[in-house]
Amino acid sequence: MSDHLEIMRQVAGAMNKGSPQARALGFESVSLDKATAVLKVPYDAKLVGDPDTGVIAGGVVTTLLDHCCGQAAHAALDSFKYIATLDLRIDYMRAAEPGKDVYARAHCFKVTRNVAFVRAVAYETDPDDPIAAATAAFMLDSSAGKKPGANFKPSKS
Amino acid sequence: MSDPTEQLKHVLERIPYARFLGVRAELAGDEMTAVLPFSEHLVGNPTLPAIHGGVLGAFMEMTALAQLSIKEGQARQPRVIDVSIEYLRSGRPLTTYARAEIKKVGRRIANVHVEAWQDQRASPIAALRGHFLVTPVEE
Repeated sequence: MSDHLEIMRQVAGAMNKGSPQARALGFESVSLDKATAVLKVPYDAKLVGDPDTGVIAGGVVTTLLDHCCGQAAHAALDSFKYIATLDLRIDYMRAAEPGKDVYARAHCFKVTRNVAFVRAVAYETDPDDPIAAATAAFMLDSSAGKKPGANFKPSKS
Repeated sequence: MSDPTEQLKHVLERIPYARFLGVRAELAGDEMTAVLPFSEHLVGNPTLPAIHGGVLGAFMEMTALAQLSIKEGQARQPRVIDVSIEYLRSGRPLTTYARAEIKKVGRRIANVHVEAWQDQRASPIAALRGHFLVTPVEE
């Protein structure tokens, strides 16, 4: 167990507990290893997108995949950097099964000086039978020069 | 319930996840503007603070689905096949708006583009392009 991975696990924990949206959705880290993250969203009636079937909203899966991809990117970096999603492409293969927790597994397969590239799947029990698949790119050092609270300032342009 | 604005409000109120996010919608004829008032629980990065990217993606997906239902009168709720989300600016702690443009509706597939903005319409914070499986009402 490297110290770095331990720090990244703490970062992942902070990303779940410190991020209000992740907390509101109930995100829980399942595992975090070098460049790979597994994240869970527990099934909750308030997250349903189709009240007739009880299927969880596609948007919840979108947020789960985005968050999980970000954690995989953090786990692939040698040191902590702020990151921001540049783009996120999601293919929805099928509806999630009502009543079941949804997992996401993300792997950051390439890091360059400025960008981290990540792939992920969302599933209930078997990653080979996915609900959705995602490809994401993250800008590294996205908050460079931005101070805490920067977004409270009026926009420039 | 024949008033389209009331109908849309009713549809959104029935979806638990739409209530969870706090999504509203305004209609001008057949053009809809989706409204996402800022709320603390939407924040992804608490330091800046910035709205979670997943929330913006989910909001734009919902905008596309709602606009399809309004314009095309779907027999069933359209299904998302794929979306590609581009993040242009960080989502500040302000109300976010989104508008969808239906580029094409075929027999099975609809292609929809969505743009989301905050205080300046000309400076969008995110965009979405997506394909949706549609089931038009039989003639």
